[in-house]
Amino acid sequence: MWKLYVAALPANGWNWIAVWRRNYCAWKKVALASILGNLADPLIYLFGLGAGLGMMVGRVDGVSYIAFLSAGMVATSAMTASTFETIYATFARMRAQRTWEAILHTQVTIGDIVLGELAWAATKASLAGTGIGIVAATLGYTEWVSLLYALPVIALTGLAFASLAMIVTALAPSYEYFIFYQTLVITPMLFLSGAVFPVNQLPGAFQHFTRILPLAHSIDVIRPIMLGSPLVNVGLHIGALCCYAVVPFFLSTALLRRRLMP
Amino acid sequence: MTGNGRVLRQEAESQLSDREMAQEAPCRLEPSPFEWKDQTGLVVKTAIPGAIPTVAIDVASVTKSYGDKPVINGLSFTVAAGECFGLLGPNGAGKSTITRMILGMTTPGTGEITVLGVPVPSRARLARMRIGVVPQFDNLDLEFTVRENLLVFGRYFRMSTREIEAVIPSLLEFARLENKADARVSDLSGGMKRRLTLARALINDPQVLILDEPTTGLDPHARHLIWERLRSLLARGKTILLTTHIMEEAERLCDRVCVLEAGRKIAEGRPHMLIDEKIGCQVIEIYGGDPDELSALVSPHARHIEVSGETVFCYAFDPEQVRVQLDGRAGVRFLQRPPNLEDVFLRLTGRELKD
Repeated sequence: MWKLYVAALPANGWNWIAVWRRNYCAWKKVALASILGNLADPLIYLFGLGAGLGMMVGRVDGVSYIAFLSAGMVATSAMTASTFETIYATFARMRAQRTWEAILHTQVTIGDIVLGELAWAATKASLAGTGIGIVAATLGYTEWVSLLYALPVIALTGLAFASLAMIVTALAPSYEYFIFYQTLVITPMLFLSGAVFPVNQLPGAFQHFTRILPLAHSIDVIRPIMLGSPLVNVGLHIGALCCYAVVPFFLSTALLRRRLMP
Repeated sequence: MTGNGRVLRQEAESQLSDREMAQEAPCRLEPSPFEWKDQTGLVVKTAIPGAIPTVAIDVASVTKSYGDKPVINGLSFTVAAGECFGLLGPNGAGKSTITRMILGMTTPGTGEITVLGVPVPSRARLARMRIGVVPQFDNLDLEFTVRENLLVFGRYFRMSTREIEAVIPSLLEFARLENKADARVSDLSGGMKRRLTLARALINDPQVLILDEPTTGLDPHARHLIWERLRSLLARGKTILLTTHIMEEAERLCDRVCVLEAGRKIAEGRPHMLIDEKIGCQVIEIYGGDPDELSALVSPHARHIEVSGETVFCYAFDPEQVRVQLDGRAGVRFLQRPPNLEDVFLRLTGRELKD
């Protein structure tokens, strides 16, 4: 039986590119609407909270609140863009559109498809995160060059959240189940990971838990890069994000094999 | 229109007779994968170097259950290279399940499957390199154009853009979609979509084609065009495994058929031999009266009688006498016709084949 699970893994290092290119080809046709859609939500947070709360809060950790928030929003937009791509668009390609069925009739394996989908979600996350970053840099909340350094971390954040969401996609019987993931996992993560206020505002015991959240690891690298403050434990944070990307990848591939090849 | 139809029919008949001759000696029948010269030129490798397999698909004692519900029950059949083999049966008979197994998408509970000498599912990926699939439900990318669909699909077989561009014209010509290359798939008719799906299945120049109900839901004209295209593929030496519940499709296209019911094989053979063997006489369909009364009336002249719904199927060794009995009875209508596969199925199971 394990042999069949091995056969579901990526067949080689390049099959996934064909899957990625298919999604890119489809996205190109609706690129503008898609980019605006991915940017609107975090921008509303950024200006709504930044301008409104910023007046009351003043400075946080030595920087203006809106600068503090912009780093959090870059990571958050990467999280939401890749999560939504994976739970909604990927699920549609797996079920309603039967795109995966067509692909699985070729020499591409389930693992190749999952890898291609994750890479695609990470690409969209990078676009969304970079978009917010560009707004922040234009307004002078970060240096342009810092944005360049942050880009690989934004992409890795996208990959980790796509990988986690792929487990949900693999298990969900229908679209209705995604709302649970959204309200019970993604939204709390936004408030617990230091995106909108520093983690040290949380109760002490709680802080230990929140520091292991993937978004917290992402923000702990992206924020110092964007604000030009010293990076602490960068290896730990990157390593944790890599684990969040790799382990769910294998798990979701196994779950999808069981689901699609009964 | 009619002239064209006649030409097609003649072509079909001449192909059929060629293939029937070949059928007498399946071992000498050699698939010719290189006949389609403008295809990709993918070199066809066999399991044993130099050997051309005469068996394209071998299904041996395959069983599959979901929970305690058996869906395939000790099924065995062999598809020779170059033949068109039909799997017939009502919905739920296990036709789609067995095609999924041949593709390695479902694992058999017990039994062995090989495709072109490659064991499935253990090496299904290798087998799928040389299989083309037309699924039961269209799974084209609706937002893409016809050309983009072929381009995207070719990449799944690791073909370069240049290689795909080189075969697209011949595929479009094959699918009679030359003028639709840049049309969005969502704007195509059902028949055009099916033809595109068929063309897409040929992009890797497969030796074996697996078609799951390829013409279900199409209008008669679109259906005939698909059949004509499939015959041209058989003439090129492709092997076709076809599932259908359309009896005309099976009779026209298939060299041999296997009739399934509840995951078991209940008959196998050439369509006309099955019909001769199981029925072998004219059929009179009678309706418009009390079925029990009508069957009692005609039974002295019938070899066999089946009642399905409100219709009495009278398998008559003396159709003339049956007609005499029925003539003049108010409200009763009848139709005399040659027997077909539908009758075979009804004879074997006591049920109609449709759903």
